[in-house]
Amino acid sequence: MVDPTLRTDRSPWHWLLVIPIVVPLIPILFNSIPPDLFGFPRFYWLQLAYIVLGVSVTTLVYQVTKRRG
Amino acid sequence: MWRDHLTEIIIFTVLFAGVSAMGFVASRWRRPQTMAHLDEWGLGGRNFGSWVTWFLIGGDLYTAYTFVAVPALIFGAGAMGFFAVPYTVIIYPMVFLVLIRLWSVSHKHGLVTPADFVRARFGSPTLALIVAITGIVATMPYIALQLVGIEAVLKTMGVTGTSTLARHAPIIIAFAILAAYTYQSGLRAPALIAFVKDGLIYVVILVAIFWLPAKLGGWGSIFGAAEAKFAASPSPSDGLLLNANNQLQYVSLALGSALALFLYPHSVTGVLASRNRDVLKRNMSALPAYSLLLGLLALLGYAAVAAKVKPLPGATPGSVDTNTIVPQLFDGQFPDWFAGVAFAAIGIGALVPAAIMSIAAANLFTRNIYREYLRKDATPAQEAKVSKIASLVVKVGALACIILLDPQFSIDLQLIGGVIILQTLPSVALGLFTRWFHRGALIAGWIAGMGFGMWMLYQVANPVTGKAHFAGSAFPLSELGFDTKMTVYAGLIAVVVNLVVAALATVVLRAAKIADGRDATTTADYFVDSDTPRGSVHA
Repeated sequence: MVDPTLRTDRSPWHWLLVIPIVVPLIPILFNSIPPDLFGFPRFYWLQLAYIVLGVSVTTLVYQVTKRRG
Repeated sequence: MWRDHLTEIIIFTVLFAGVSAMGFVASRWRRPQTMAHLDEWGLGGRNFGSWVTWFLIGGDLYTAYTFVAVPALIFGAGAMGFFAVPYTVIIYPMVFLVLIRLWSVSHKHGLVTPADFVRARFGSPTLALIVAITGIVATMPYIALQLVGIEAVLKTMGVTGTSTLARHAPIIIAFAILAAYTYQSGLRAPALIAFVKDGLIYVVILVAIFWLPAKLGGWGSIFGAAEAKFAASPSPSDGLLLNANNQLQYVSLALGSALALFLYPHSVTGVLASRNRDVLKRNMSALPAYSLLLGLLALLGYAAVAAKVKPLPGATPGSVDTNTIVPQLFDGQFPDWFAGVAFAAIGIGALVPAAIMSIAAANLFTRNIYREYLRKDATPAQEAKVSKIASLVVKVGALACIILLDPQFSIDLQLIGGVIILQTLPSVALGLFTRWFHRGALIAGWIAGMGFGMWMLYQVANPVTGKAHFAGSAFPLSELGFDTKMTVYAGLIAVVVNLVVAALATVVLRAAKIADGRDATTTADYFVDSDTPRGSVHA
């Protein structure tokens, strides 16, 4: 058991969280009709896919920074 | 006529009544030794695990109004309305590290509201009062918007009368029931009801996104119909894609809204009700499931275009109420019984956030006005009592907003609400990471950000609706002298102004050696977990 007074939230893994914050805010990546997927223009399917990106990164960061013990 | 919608009305009423019964029973759920304590009434015992927290925060953030208004925005403007998707994608990684710190320091010091934190961190009752009032003012129109959501459904079912009272009677009844069980069960009521709400919403959306394209010729032809509509419309800002002038608005609105969301007092209530840090972290990765739902629901706005849905008339002659798009779509495309279930999902979806919001606003009043200024030695039981009554007052106020004012006015107020709640960012969110700012500088920054924000919103006109002021949040950069047609989200600019003023004023106040407040927290307080004994300011 770690001494509670010495705990911190610091971890280099947290820098990964920047990816799902920055990527969805770059319109040049998604502001286009082709290629479409199941009839969805890129604008719509790619931004929905960013949800998967967000979930994957936060889940990864949560798992690797989880406190043990 | 309401007689044509009898099946829908019966199903809606039965589900609504069932959920209300749950609300009353909720006071026995995870029963505490006493409900006469703000931690129990206002925070559900601060002991919710992963699942309850997921439903509670999800039910709190993704409201009936969102589910009605976002598709309406897509229906009217196209791509711009999709901002809700990036907004709810970026928010969880953004607050991942912030909320656990807030949870820890609140656990350690027995804090209940964001203003409580500001009080402890900066030692300034004035700054805490400003944060509390900002929170209450921003929350009131948000509650009123939930009523707009229910009203859109009732209107579609033909439950409208000619007199003001007859038109609003169903909402008044619904809110009286809501007020009664929130009074009795506190945060346990929305937490329990959220399970039903989300179950219904998930079923309805999943059916809708498979059924509607099958009926309307597939997603390809749905997008095709939308494209044809926007090609024919004279407005320069609509379309299936963003144009050169509204990309900055799209991005800044997504970012600004994300920054604002967890500053709202009701989001903080949901966060502090959870059991430990791990529950919160796990939820930050699981909550985006709702964003997927919201994204798919948003696209029903295009399905409504393809299905040639006509919005019902608005409150003033000649106007249309685009919030009725989704209810009208369900009414026209589905069997009556399923439309009834969908309407109940929206109606119940309004109750959960409205309850949490009124609890959050009541807690702010109790902790940061009543206990700070009116009765310093209030016991936990007195606090709980005051909060219960304040929650009733808040709901009556929201109801009055809807009945006495044009609902469009509540929507405008909500827009302003987003800009003003952002002005608490330096003291609440940055305060969790740094004690650098001077308490006086934070007050100066708040005043500057608020003033500039209101000025910007005042400048926003909409020639299509004929509104000269407060017609949206898209501030034209040309107003600041830039030679461009681009617009930017007013809230984001306002918070930048706020931060610059707060930083400059801090330097000045420190140089002048003006007394600062005392920080009641220590660095270690931001990392404690549930294995550290829970603190109480009453101890």
